[in-house]
Amino acid sequence: MGKKLLLEKAHVPGIRNYDVYRREGGYRAVEKALKTMSPDQVTEEVKKSGLRGRGGAGFPAGMKWSFLAKPEGVPRYLVCNADESEPGTFKDRYLMEFIPHLLVEGLIVASYALGSNRTFIYIRGEYAWIVDILEQAIAEAKNNGWLGKNILGSGFDCEIYVQRGAGAYICGEETALIESLEGKRGNPRIKPPFPAVKGLWDCPTVVNNVETIAAVVPIMNITGEEYAKIGVGKSTGTKLISACGNINKPGVYEIDMTISVEEFIYSEEYCGGIAQGKRLKACIPGGSSVPILPANLLLKTAKGENRMMNYESLSDGGFATGTMMGSGGFIVLDEDQCVVRHTLTLARFYRHESCGQCSPCREGTGWMEKILKNIEYGKGKKSDIDLLWDIQRKIEGNTICPLGDAAAWPVAAAIRHFRDEFEWHVQYPNAAQNRNYGLAHYADPLPVVAAPKA
Amino acid sequence: MAQFSAEKLAKVNEIIARYPQGKQKSALIPVLHIAQEEFGGWLSAETMDYVASILKIEPIEVYEVATFYSMYNLKPVGKYVFEVCQTGPCMLNGSDDIIEYIKSKLGIKVGETTADGLFTLKTVECLGACGYAPMMQIGKHYREHLTKQKVDAIIDECERNAVTNN
Amino acid sequence: MADQPKLFKVTIDNITIEVEAGTSILNAARMIGGDVAPPAMCYYSKLKGSGGKCRTCLVEVAAGSTADPRPMPKLVASCRTNVMDGMVVKNITSERVQDARKGVVELLLINHPLDCPICDQAGECHLQDLSYEHGAEGTRYEFPRRQFEKHNLGPYIQLHMTRCILCYRCVFTADQLTNKRVHGVLDRGDHAEIATYIEKALDNDFIGNVIDVCPVGALTDKTFRFKNRVWFLKPEDAHCSCSKCSGKVTLWRRGDEVFRVTGRKDQWGEVQDWICNECRFEKKKTSDWVIEGPTKVSRHSVISANHYVDTVKPHEALPEVMGGRNPRLLMDIHSISEVNKPEIDLSKIQGPAHSNDFKKSEKPKGQ
Ligand SMILES: Cc1cc2nc3c(=O)[nH]c(=O)nc-3n(C[C@H](O)[C@H](O)[C@H](O)COP(=O)(O)O)c2cc1C
Ligand code: SF4
Ligand code: SF4
Ligand code: FES
Ligand code: FES
Repeated sequence: MGKKLLLEKAHVPGIRNYDVYRREGGYRAVEKALKTMSPDQVTEEVKKSGLRGRGGAGFPAGMKWSFLAKPEGVPRYLVCNADESEPGTFKDRYLMEFIPHLLVEGLIVASYALGSNRTFIYIRGEYAWIVDILEQAIAEAKNNGWLGKNILGSGFDCEIYVQRGAGAYICGEETALIESLEGKRGNPRIKPPFPAVKGLWDCPTVVNNVETIAAVVPIMNITGEEYAKIGVGKSTGTKLISACGNINKPGVYEIDMTISVEEFIYSEEYCGGIAQGKRLKACIPGGSSVPILPANLLLKTAKGENRMMNYESLSDGGFATGTMMGSGGFIVLDEDQCVVRHTLTLARFYRHESCGQCSPCREGTGWMEKILKNIEYGKGKKSDIDLLWDIQRKIEGNTICPLGDAAAWPVAAAIRHFRDEFEWHVQYPNAAQNRNYGLAHYADPLPVVAAPKA
Repeated sequence: MAQFSAEKLAKVNEIIARYPQGKQKSALIPVLHIAQEEFGGWLSAETMDYVASILKIEPIEVYEVATFYSMYNLKPVGKYVFEVCQTGPCMLNGSDDIIEYIKSKLGIKVGETTADGLFTLKTVECLGACGYAPMMQIGKHYREHLTKQKVDAIIDECERNAVTNN
Repeated sequence: MADQPKLFKVTIDNITIEVEAGTSILNAARMIGGDVAPPAMCYYSKLKGSGGKCRTCLVEVAAGSTADPRPMPKLVASCRTNVMDGMVVKNITSERVQDARKGVVELLLINHPLDCPICDQAGECHLQDLSYEHGAEGTRYEFPRRQFEKHNLGPYIQLHMTRCILCYRCVFTADQLTNKRVHGVLDRGDHAEIATYIEKALDNDFIGNVIDVCPVGALTDKTFRFKNRVWFLKPEDAHCSCSKCSGKVTLWRRGDEVFRVTGRKDQWGEVQDWICNECRFEKKKTSDWVIEGPTKVSRHSVISANHYVDTVKPHEALPEVMGGRNPRLLMDIHSISEVNKPEIDLSKIQGPAHSNDFKKSEKPKGQ
């Protein structure tokens, strides 16, 4: 049984309510921080914990906090990123829905550390009912003296507000989120300046993911040092993984990053194996943006080692043979799934979600989708595959924000590892309409293939 | 021209008060949600102009925002809007079949509204329910683990509700 | 306040200059001039907040600064990246940059209509310039080009949305020059468009400047449209005394007739002084103006090919007019005079347009 720091109490009956949460030890972290520590000491503790941002990029949270500019007389803001729109990712929703006070508690501690008197939770518009859950938790916290003026006599004032988005994946990108919070279109800003210097209403701002903020609570409770002992290397603490696709037990799991990918997929504790007794074909382990891997490369690295569920191991081999931890959206494809079709849905997603500000992403995402559609529906040409490769290459790295990369990578990885499946679609357009290319040589029982040249 | 009730206006003012002085534009997205709920499930140009006047911004600033975000309807929609997710993880679990089924059952295409004005069918991109796929959103709520039987039941339920409440 | 501005040394394409701290790479490169200056389709020095969007000005930073000489992993937008002391930048000396720029140009063109022969901007279009300086041969895009609903922006300004590259310059112009912006960018992604949402005329005193800032033919002067092709006209500097603006303009005449009034542009294609609508749209008589002399035209413009034709109507063979240059964009169109029919929207035609397309009675169908 892996260690649980976030979801341990998530299913205690009534945990959504303040009284139960408090009885189970809730808000101790706020007491400890506000009564016994200075804001800088809290930041120091988070640094020691090695906690990495859980929103996708994995940037060390304590470091981010220490970069926040602190000019005299200028307010600072903490914004919690609950936009969660990366396909495959639904962990933040789970956390907020089942144990909302954990997020509220983490936000109070983090606001204290950063000196944010007005803290916002920016939540995707579709999670409308969760807004009610959060607002109730915030009201309860306030009624019990954890929010408002002079909290616990510390002299620290804080309010938390929930702001709903209105349907735009791009608002998960931190500067687009800030724009949206200012009542504008979700166009990412051109950096620099970075939010740490000029963020919300041009004031220094920290944006953190829901899970990152929630993890501050156990860090306070068990100390940063203890937190850092959980996990391996730079993958400290626990991580929420939302597993979906063709598995027996889709859902949100808390893992301590020492287990293998194989164990995660096949053990009863987690995914419970591939649905309907089928075989594993491929997996996107960190949300739709990260590279897809065929089963053989997923379970074992190119060096032949077991691949583990942590930042380092998942990215072992770079993009040639590895992938990324990303946001922890674990998407599993069984033997009867079509990689071309799946890639098409992702290309459509990114085309739909591009803000349209910069030319490579605005034009390139639509082009890729159209070509993939042709290939999927039996109208593709062999040269289309190379063209796709070339388009993604021209988007990647040349855009304002990482959505361009996020749109390019899934297409690149699909072609890199499943090129024969694309070619088969082109060669046998009729067959491709009726059946699936199948497992080919990348199925689980087979040995690892050599790393293809990048 | 329609106006917010006193109660909604109070809510709007409460939202504006969350931001520093002069940053009332920040309330735009939440206020548009309220406006859409209040004024028939969609945002007409008049509604948007009204929101602009409340927030003391130019109408174009409202149009720019309203057309950017996918949750705002700029045309009238049916009483029940079925927003079916079609992204990767849902597709892996059969969302394509669900969409086809709803289309044939309601006799409409994606983007259309039934003649009785009851149902609109839309396809949407990942709604963060991938583990409970296939799924759709109806109003404020998610319907998950969809099957054809479940879709039948949901449509029945909506039709019943439409008769009883107003 | 320091009395001496801090100077940074920066090396661009092996040429080193000293610039004030806070200067962007693009502006430093412009000080060097020539080919070292990256093309800029969205940045406009006179518009706050502009730049960063088109990605044509991407450059490689081979060394960040003397203090931290590491190269930057990604290409950066030179218009929005400031120089550091000891920075080493590669523009035309970087293959990566050339390759990326080619990609950006290709992407900018995939949905751009092939209607240069009927476009008012032909000859002074920055996209046209860009495409033959950096573009590839032919297009690999095999899909119908994007369509938009037509919008009427009133009596002065014509919008051709299909030509727009969403540089946002016109939005910044309206924000910064007028007190009430009525147009903006609506919708998102590849459907984003310049529009007013509900039909509204752009009629603010200074709104006409959007025509000058637009790098392509998306916003053009309705009072000039289809009167002529720019390269038949002779640009001259002129002024008048105007209570609203500086009154310093470029007059575009043939013989004694004023066809068009624009702001005076510098070598980077930017206007030197904003002009008011009255000067631009109303003063169409030579007697309204004091003529100063011929305008010097920038190296960037097709007009600099120097084929001013005052009296004889030229046959519009483009390579001749353009000093031997043969922009691919235009080559897709067959016989130019046949094509030159304003009522046909070439963007509705898939692929190259042939004269047959223009003889059909029914309009060709787009998607
Ligand atoms: C296109 C795009 C979408 C993103 N979506 C999210 C999101 O939904 N939730 C999130 O926490 N971070 C998202 N991010 C990452 C944020 O920009 C930011 O890095 C993160 O919120 C920082 O929080 P963390 O350091 O706690 O991870 C997204 C980034 C990009 C480029
Ligand atoms: S990369 Fe895409 S989403 Fe990001 S700013 Fe550019 S157009 Fe917008
Ligand atoms: S209309 Fe012209 S100026 Fe305005 S965004 Fe489009 S290309 Fe730029
Ligand atoms: S893919 Fe449908 S909810 Fe995520
Ligand atoms: S000019 Fe720099 S990105 Fe457009």
